[in-house]
Amino acid sequence: MSVPTVLASDTLISAHAVDYLIIALYFGVVIGIGVMAKRQVSDSLDFFLSGRSLPAWVTGLAFISANLGAVEIMGMSANGAQYGLPSVHYFWVGAIPAMLFLGVVMMPFYYGSKVRSVPEFMRRRFGTGAHLVNSISFAVAQLLIAGINLFLLGSIVHALLGWPLWVALIVAAVIVLSYITLGGLSAAIYNEVLQFFVIVGGLLPLTLIGLHRVGGWDGLTSGIKDAAGANPDVVAPASQQLNSWPGQALTGFDSSFLSVIGIVFGLGFVLSFGYWTTNFVEVQRAMASNSISSARKTPIIGAFPKMFIPFITILPGMIAAVLVGEIADVKAGEKVAGGASGEGVAFNDALLYLMREVLPNGLLGLAITGLLAAFMAGMAANISAFNTVVSYDLVQQYVVKDRDDDYYLRIGRIATVAATAIAIFTATLASNFSNIMNYLQTLFGFFNAPLFATFILGMFWKRMSATAGWVGLVAGTASAVAVAFLSEDAFGSWSTGVIPIGGQGAAFVAAGAAFVVDIVLSVVVSLVTKPRDPAELRGLVYSETPREDLVDADEASYPWYRRTLPLAGIALVMVIILNVIF
Amino acid sequence: MTDTSTTSSRKHTAGALDIRNIIGGLIGVYGVILTLMGIFGDKEGDKTGGVNANLWAGIVMIVIGAGFLIWARLRPVVVAVPDEPADGQDSAG
Repeated sequence: MSVPTVLASDTLISAHAVDYLIIALYFGVVIGIGVMAKRQVSDSLDFFLSGRSLPAWVTGLAFISANLGAVEIMGMSANGAQYGLPSVHYFWVGAIPAMLFLGVVMMPFYYGSKVRSVPEFMRRRFGTGAHLVNSISFAVAQLLIAGINLFLLGSIVHALLGWPLWVALIVAAVIVLSYITLGGLSAAIYNEVLQFFVIVGGLLPLTLIGLHRVGGWDGLTSGIKDAAGANPDVVAPASQQLNSWPGQALTGFDSSFLSVIGIVFGLGFVLSFGYWTTNFVEVQRAMASNSISSARKTPIIGAFPKMFIPFITILPGMIAAVLVGEIADVKAGEKVAGGASGEGVAFNDALLYLMREVLPNGLLGLAITGLLAAFMAGMAANISAFNTVVSYDLVQQYVVKDRDDDYYLRIGRIATVAATAIAIFTATLASNFSNIMNYLQTLFGFFNAPLFATFILGMFWKRMSATAGWVGLVAGTASAVAVAFLSEDAFGSWSTGVIPIGGQGAAFVAAGAAFVVDIVLSVVVSLVTKPRDPAELRGLVYSETPREDLVDADEASYPWYRRTLPLAGIALVMVIILNVIF
Repeated sequence: MTDTSTTSSRKHTAGALDIRNIIGGLIGVYGVILTLMGIFGDKEGDKTGGVNANLWAGIVMIVIGAGFLIWARLRPVVVAVPDEPADGQDSAG
């Protein structure tokens, strides 16, 4: 059935009319939503934050869906194929605790202070220095991550139609652009919720059929054991691939103790809290909800489906490494021609190959639709966050002040077009990484880890000064970049290998370094500079904010399943159970 | 889990814009297409390991789609159209 090598002129996936019908239906609906949403866009608050009118289950699904793009689907299946089960740490250690923390502790500050972006919160807390640094680094990060999404989107178009990658990239960019300009965030959030169901509808059958083909869980484990036994010097031992702890296959550490520390502190604390609590793309979803109670519940409701996403992303990756000849060969250290990008098979292609291997036409179309939707929405989310920050935080704050709303709305649209064009170039950067997750975690270490350090310190320590805000951010990012350069492969071929760590452990170490440097410098600088007037810090610093500003007065009257804390408690217990089982 | 409790004088139901109708409609239509593929199309048993995957996935999706449509019918979302967000709290600071 499977052809061992794919010629450049052949397409990786052969879609039939019914598959195209399913894809066309989805985009018809998406454009329809955009047109309907556009009629409702009235002012700039509407365009950027959906007028704060959405219920918590919608924003909750949008919250994880905005993240269910390149990262989750291709990155996690690549991770599953390469490292096996330890990849679940990205969910159960690296996401859920931080999402719960965001909902319980941090969301009231965001929602209550009515800021329109995370950098705007930085400005209120630390003044313009930290704000400028944060806005610029955030904007750059969004462009780089949009490039990842665009690259993956382009590789699907390539796999489907056989167009050269650069043509596919440009076409994909144009499609995303029209998708965003049609409706702003209202349409984006609607589409994200819709896309969630399409992705699950595509990936769940893929996983089940794949598991059936490989002979169930037992067949999968024996397949992984055989593959690991056949190439012990390239492939991680099966015991490391089939147990989530201590996860040495993932971190690349020799010591299991250090590996656990790396996962818990580097990934679980610094990277994940940094990502989930300060990433505006995510927080923006919660800020679009209709009350402070809904805003807090947004990440918590999102945590429930999030827990089970590894089963439809990592598991198919593991299956692909056993069932699909090409991926198994790559895992065994061989170079295989073909692949979605046309430049050789990579772990990133695991899911596409598995789709070709097991899905009948019909379901195949649904799975392709889900992937296209996810990467488009992921890129759209990056770009809509980018245009919010550029128009409000950079242009309105530093370049052209005091113009009417229309002006900034127009700037936002120009920023959207510019960002899409730049993403075509950052996409070619992303194409240099065989496992996209390594690249992404490195980026998060640069941008999110120092931001989280500054945030958390500023939120709970009123003494922290404005100067400390920007000094900490700059030094944190610089130290993460330095570690990445010194590591074996965090920067791909640019890394020098002075520090002997590779894999995603290098990203964890870079993030940890950024966090520690940021905290230490912030404390030192705060102690020698002037603190801010406590009266200005109400709503921004925990000790200066009255309790009643942080909770929804109505929430006590809701039944338990609609209250923030009981939901968070259930999610926490469930994720602990999952960690114990695997 | 819908928050239908917003209090405002100007209200209307979301109707076709209700996300549940859109989800239910699309998933339902996909379910029908897959079911038809499962009955009339190529079963491709060599890929799926002998399971009629399109048929089963189609039936499940029809049920889920119908579920969303019924949910939206039974508990329609009432959209308030206030000038400011309905929570009405003071901005802090």
